[in-house]
Amino acid sequence: MTETTPGPTSAGAAPRGEWPLYEVFVRGKRGLNHVHVGSLHAPDDQLAIRHARDVYTRRNEGVSIWVVRSADITASSPDEKDPMFAPSGDKVYRHPTFYDIPDDVPHM
Amino acid sequence: MTTDITGPGGPAADAEAELEAQFQDTISSKDRIEPRDWMPEKYRKTLIRQVAQHAHSEIIGMQPEGNWISRAPSLRRKAILLAKVQDEAGHGLYLYSAAETLGATRNELTEKLVAGKQKYSSIFNYPTLSYTDVGTIGWLVDGAAICNQVPLCRTSFGPYGRAMIRICKEESFHQRQGYELLMTMMRGTEEQRASVQESVNRFWWPALMMFGPPDDDSPNTEQSMEWGIKTHTNDELRQKFVDMSVPQAEALGVTFPDEGLKWNEERGHYDFSTPDWDEFWAVVKGNGPCNEQRLAHRKRAWDDGAWVREAALAFAENPEGPTESTPAEEAAK
Amino acid sequence: MTNEPNIHVGHDEAGTNVEHGDHDNAYSGLLVNDAHWAFGTDFEDPLAGVDTTVPEGVDPKELAAYCLMLGDDALIFSQRISEWCSNAPDLEEDIALANISLDLLGQARLLLARAAAADPALVPELPEGSPVPDEDRLAYFREDLEFRNVRLAEVPDGDFAEAAAKILIYSTWRLAIFERLTSSRDSVLAAIADKGVKEMSYHRDFAGRWVLTLARGTAESKTRLLTALNGLWPLWAELFETHPIEASVAAAGIGIDPAEVADEAGVIIDQVFAAAGIDRPERGALAGVRGQKGRDGLHTEALSKMLADMQVVARQHPEGQW
Repeated sequence: MTETTPGPTSAGAAPRGEWPLYEVFVRGKRGLNHVHVGSLHAPDDQLAIRHARDVYTRRNEGVSIWVVRSADITASSPDEKDPMFAPSGDKVYRHPTFYDIPDDVPHM
Repeated sequence: MTTDITGPGGPAADAEAELEAQFQDTISSKDRIEPRDWMPEKYRKTLIRQVAQHAHSEIIGMQPEGNWISRAPSLRRKAILLAKVQDEAGHGLYLYSAAETLGATRNELTEKLVAGKQKYSSIFNYPTLSYTDVGTIGWLVDGAAICNQVPLCRTSFGPYGRAMIRICKEESFHQRQGYELLMTMMRGTEEQRASVQESVNRFWWPALMMFGPPDDDSPNTEQSMEWGIKTHTNDELRQKFVDMSVPQAEALGVTFPDEGLKWNEERGHYDFSTPDWDEFWAVVKGNGPCNEQRLAHRKRAWDDGAWVREAALAFAENPEGPTESTPAEEAAK
Repeated sequence: MTNEPNIHVGHDEAGTNVEHGDHDNAYSGLLVNDAHWAFGTDFEDPLAGVDTTVPEGVDPKELAAYCLMLGDDALIFSQRISEWCSNAPDLEEDIALANISLDLLGQARLLLARAAAADPALVPELPEGSPVPDEDRLAYFREDLEFRNVRLAEVPDGDFAEAAAKILIYSTWRLAIFERLTSSRDSVLAAIADKGVKEMSYHRDFAGRWVLTLARGTAESKTRLLTALNGLWPLWAELFETHPIEASVAAAGIGIDPAEVADEAGVIIDQVFAAAGIDRPERGALAGVRGQKGRDGLHTEALSKMLADMQVVARQHPEGQW
């Protein structure tokens, strides 16, 4: 469930004796995006895939798994929230609901 | 452990008041705090403590029920029990991950647990003396846990809330399997029915104590409520649990060992007697029937696994194998 | 079906095979599928709705005896692996081992139910009106001398290296048998094998990966792995010995003669060992008593102890409902 990346602990190498943290993404079924479902520890990529299968798809939740080391994710900074995301906030014309169409027009 | 994104190394001290105001705004508007947001150091510490205790509880909680996996009396029940205890490992894992976003690694927290420096839910310091306890734990202990946990899905810290959503979904199977086991046993032999009542008698009071000390004796509650880490007081949740459980006991055909338990028309709630808070504090302070045994078990598993974790890391760093020779090879030289 | 140990899993195909309901995210189906959270079969009655008619020309008693052998292997090995629960090196491995144990337990239930359906005389009698189902009568009300599992399945747990080595050996052997068993003339056995092949391919992959990791990890892990393999190796030969029942069901086209898979299993193990940079241990086969071994009901001392523990509650309640 970690979404801090690079976070306080994953910024550098993991301390000796601790397996690095991985983020897990699962495709629920064909046609859907992979969605972040949580995280886990594994010594390497191959075991991370296996751990993800065992930990996050025990109840038939997935058809495909991605794992990525938490430390390899570049995240936007919360301090940049406004410059990163505010400019798209006023461009309502990008959303279909911006356009008023009478209810009786078919196939719209 | 803090870095530039979270505290001292970051914003100047005079801006701190403004950040704190923003933080409190986010909480007040029921929005979530995310890991990279600024947060008061005390909020972080409180959260780490709570999430860690919660994670430890899941992991230690594997033991009382795990005690009966090998003896489960039907293959179907064996599968259910093993899957359930396995889920608890999963829940611990999700929660340690949530704590990790606050800067506390699983290793650190586990070291603190096995050193006795962090607590876990006292309920797991009670012994499981019959297979029936698996059912009672599912019904009462998981039931109490769900009362505690459902509100936590709306807790102010995003990763904790998301972990709790997943956990609560999985927990609903746990409570149902417990109640269903007891129902099935009540339809069985006289001995089985007696065993159910005996088990319920043992677990009722410890289950009530799971909500923590009475509100006037719970120093951290107020601040945790203000921060949205906790959303209900201990006594509120305890009352809710009692109200919920009484009709379930009637449907099952068992009684709770409390002569003071009766419906109060005026309050619209059940009245019940005061739990033995002396016993509660004794168990919290380490003198419960199983405190030492539970910690020793966890410590042994953790210590015994050290060489495996080490080996996997060494392999990841150098898949060609160890540069040092094995003792046997050494001897052959 | 490839017989190469799959050490590298493709990133996009690592999920499990599942049926999906109407859900648009990974977890919305969690509660909906409550009843089938762990198994592909009906959970109450493992063989519900399955036609258990014995194929023509097959002796039902032999079919049942064969299913009992395979079922006991899975049951006893599952029981051993379940002992790892809350004892594994880390949470991820704890969960993985529980998954393996659960898969084997599911196989055991199907196989024991198949044995009981083929030959009801095999099922221990309990007081009249006892609700204990056949699979549980077989699991809980037989003595150790009546169990037909290979002795490898009952070996007491050692360290994690021992677990990885044992799972690798068991799943390599069993997978080779199950792959052939998918074309059994008994459609029930064929279906059980088909399900088991998917499960054990993963077990072998998981264990193979760990054997490789431990062999190439640290000096300590290598030493421990070699010690574990050395201890287990005397039980290897027994896996490929043909019991008269196995010879008979193989001739009838419903079972597999384990001797037939010896070469293939050996090649796969050698491939893993080669990748790991280790050699097959040089150990002789563990003798039986007057030639009698696990398949004949002659076990190590460990089995009766395990059964005493496993069966204690069930035997206290021969008329119990669970």
